[in-house]
Amino acid sequence: MYRFVLRRLLSGVLLLFVITTVAYLLLYAGGGDIARRIVGPTASDAQVALKASQLGLDRPLVVQYWDWLTGALTGDLGRSWFNGQLVSAGVGSRLPVTLSLVLGATIIAAVVSVVVAVWAAVRRGWVDRVVQFVGVLGFAIPGFLIALGLVSLFALNLKWFKATGYVPITTSFGGWAATVTLPIIALSIGCIAAVVQQIRGSLIDALRQDYVRTLRARGLSFNCVVYKHVLRNAGGPALAVLAVQFIGLLGGAVIVEQIFALPGLGQITVAATGQGDIPVVMGVVVATAAIVVIVNLIIDLAQGWLNPKVRLS
Amino acid sequence: MIETPLAVPAGAAKVSLFRRLLTHPTGVVSMVLLVLVALASVLAPLLATHDPNTASVQHVLAKAGSGHILGADSAGRDVLSRLLFAGQFSLAGALLALAVALVLGVTAGLAAGYYGGWFDSASSWLTGLLMALPGMVVLLAARAVVGPSMWLSMMIFGVLLSPAFFRLVYASVTAVRNELYVDAARVSGLSDVRIIGRHILTVVRAPVIIQSAMVLGIAIAIQAGLEFLGLGDRNIPTWGSMLNDGFINIFKSPTLVLWPALVIGLVCIALTLLANAMRDELERSRGPVKKSRKAAAAGAAADAEGAAEKRGVAAVVHADEPNEDAGEILLEVTDLGVGYDQPDGSTTHVVNHVNLTVRRGEVHGLVGESGSGKTQTAFSILRLLPQGGRITGGSIFFEGKDLAQLSEKEMTKVRGKRIAYIPQEPMSNLDSAFTIGSQLMEPMRVCLGISKAEARKRALALLARVGIPNPERTFDAYPHQISGGMAQRVLIAGAVSCEPDLLIADEPTTALDVTVQAEVLNLLRELQDELNMGVILVTHNFGVVADLCDRVTVMQTGRVVETGPVRSIFNHAQHPYTRQLLGAILEDTAPRGHYTLKELNGVTS
Repeated sequence: MYRFVLRRLLSGVLLLFVITTVAYLLLYAGGGDIARRIVGPTASDAQVALKASQLGLDRPLVVQYWDWLTGALTGDLGRSWFNGQLVSAGVGSRLPVTLSLVLGATIIAAVVSVVVAVWAAVRRGWVDRVVQFVGVLGFAIPGFLIALGLVSLFALNLKWFKATGYVPITTSFGGWAATVTLPIIALSIGCIAAVVQQIRGSLIDALRQDYVRTLRARGLSFNCVVYKHVLRNAGGPALAVLAVQFIGLLGGAVIVEQIFALPGLGQITVAATGQGDIPVVMGVVVATAAIVVIVNLIIDLAQGWLNPKVRLS
Repeated sequence: MIETPLAVPAGAAKVSLFRRLLTHPTGVVSMVLLVLVALASVLAPLLATHDPNTASVQHVLAKAGSGHILGADSAGRDVLSRLLFAGQFSLAGALLALAVALVLGVTAGLAAGYYGGWFDSASSWLTGLLMALPGMVVLLAARAVVGPSMWLSMMIFGVLLSPAFFRLVYASVTAVRNELYVDAARVSGLSDVRIIGRHILTVVRAPVIIQSAMVLGIAIAIQAGLEFLGLGDRNIPTWGSMLNDGFINIFKSPTLVLWPALVIGLVCIALTLLANAMRDELERSRGPVKKSRKAAAAGAAADAEGAAEKRGVAAVVHADEPNEDAGEILLEVTDLGVGYDQPDGSTTHVVNHVNLTVRRGEVHGLVGESGSGKTQTAFSILRLLPQGGRITGGSIFFEGKDLAQLSEKEMTKVRGKRIAYIPQEPMSNLDSAFTIGSQLMEPMRVCLGISKAEARKRALALLARVGIPNPERTFDAYPHQISGGMAQRVLIAGAVSCEPDLLIADEPTTALDVTVQAEVLNLLRELQDELNMGVILVTHNFGVVADLCDRVTVMQTGRVVETGPVRSIFNHAQHPYTRQLLGAILEDTAPRGHYTLKELNGVTS
């Protein structure tokens, strides 16, 4: 078990290293072009060169990268080129907002998906057909359109929720819940649609397994067999889909944060992208990659817990 | 945002997919809608009433009607005209992403799947890397460097989407690479390029088309998202940038956001529904839907025999031997019918008018070929018929209660504790996610209401009893760590763990090695004796019957054809089918009955 965890941990760290290295090299490869974009097309070559040397862009790429990497390992991701703010502080202060949305959506998606999928797989018939059809729609409609629909219906017309703004959970739980409910719903619908399809399929397969009949023949009730045995066996593929969906949610959160004016990673990313504030963009890439790696690690461990073959091999 | 599209079946369509789609309602509607949108975009210069980029101060946020059919946006530009022209750019951008993804994904997938080796591991690793970050974040990062070019963004997104094709093609190619016909082509000297073109591309073509529809939808969505964030090229009209303008002015002109949202939503839905329709058709063209296991085959046979049934052909019943020490009647099945509901509302009958009596302490063989309804009869006594199956008539009396009429809750109390079951295939009947021990203890704790420690003690004793050499080790093992013979012993231990009165064993030795078979049969006999159970032994093997059974019931096509004490059946079989079955064992084992060669010839001819 320790070897299993250690191996996963190492491969996670390696992935994080590779992603950030590739991202850094691609982002900074432009060198002089980056400085040109910042000072504007009318600036003289001397001004461009001055800006480049101010930002350290005139040094060899490898040297820049080594500087960045040694800094990053101590938690220093540099400063924004435009407002001088520490990147780690800027990203760190926005992380809770994005994590609220993405983790909230993941948990809601997982719970709702299990309930709906069990319902569809056990009842079959018309229940199953309705779930499948709604699932296709939920999968097909882009998440930000759902967000737009929710904003105009519940926030602008019915006025049940505030359309914009964010209250930290540490300030007021009620306030936090009121500001993140609609974004979480908007994010989770597509995720639910995809995960329900997967769990439903695996459940139908698992329900046909011989051990289901044998366990019932030993006197266990149908519900006990479904919730303890069948669901656990169907859980592996479902977790794999959830992991992929989680990555999608991180991307979806960028747009949803914009619609609900939430001060999350998405907001800082969009602003930095528009300006060409590369250190901030790089900081966002690091944060996103780290979240992905951590979540994948958690899901791998959960897979190992669900399936002894994974753990023991 | 790179959502892995749902699993796509691999396999080539026999009939033209396009023609089949025309018969699929949602497929037709989706196609018509997509063709209309594409046509409207292509013909935008002819259809549009205004120039899409001409701003007009007088018409800022003009209402629908007044010269502008759908109104005007925040710069006074005509919404309908922009919508039409935007289609050109949005669709072209999505198609560009698709093209890049197709070229990269399919080529890499073919090469990696066909040649394997270092290219295989390198591209698999690269796909993992590409899918590790959200597409949106990568696009935003790229945008910070390359600037607001939609075309560049969509090319980058194409690269990000290529794993969708890579994985699909890779899986299909590795599946067919070692097929015999590909080997044959290689041996006959065809070049790799020709083999890939002729034999492998045809296999992946249909799934790739389906995947393309999904990918196109995703590309349209992400492109609209990028433009919606205001990070697109301001000089070209796109649906996403219209959405952005509409959202900014949502208070002043609420309908402005509606039109682009509607178009994006409908196109995405149509693409997904089209992909689903294609998948449906592809699956349907690969032969009729599998019916529920062998029951369907049995059903057809049973229905064919229905005529004989109506003629009232009764089963041959042999009288009990007078000196027999008959125990009390444990189970009495009368006139049992089992049927499967079909999608068209009819019912296929797989068991008809079956009568069966089992006494305490008796081993009752239920014999017949595959599909004779013996297993269906056994499952209906346990009330554990596969999905769609139900008891259509008759009664199953067990200790004064008709099991056919019990509620599911009452039946759960009977199972395990009073009637137990030993399955045929040992490995698939253990849940691979739980240890042997926990699978043994769980039912005991439910049925007998004992503590965990007590259940553990009993489980270890049972494992020792069924002849497992190291009970503690097996107790802690997972099913994949033990052999098939061991697994069958574990299942027998599980079946007798609550000391049932009736044991139903469904071909308990069929899946085992010959040497293990004899041991398992011995174990069954000992346990039966020890616990004085009634046993229903489902088998197609008269050798096992001769070994173990006191009475035999022979079934054919869902009916009982002959029943009686085992000696009487062996010596005086009357039904031709029984004789045929007996003949089958006489061919390779020592004869047990008194048959002449002439009789045997008469049966087999």
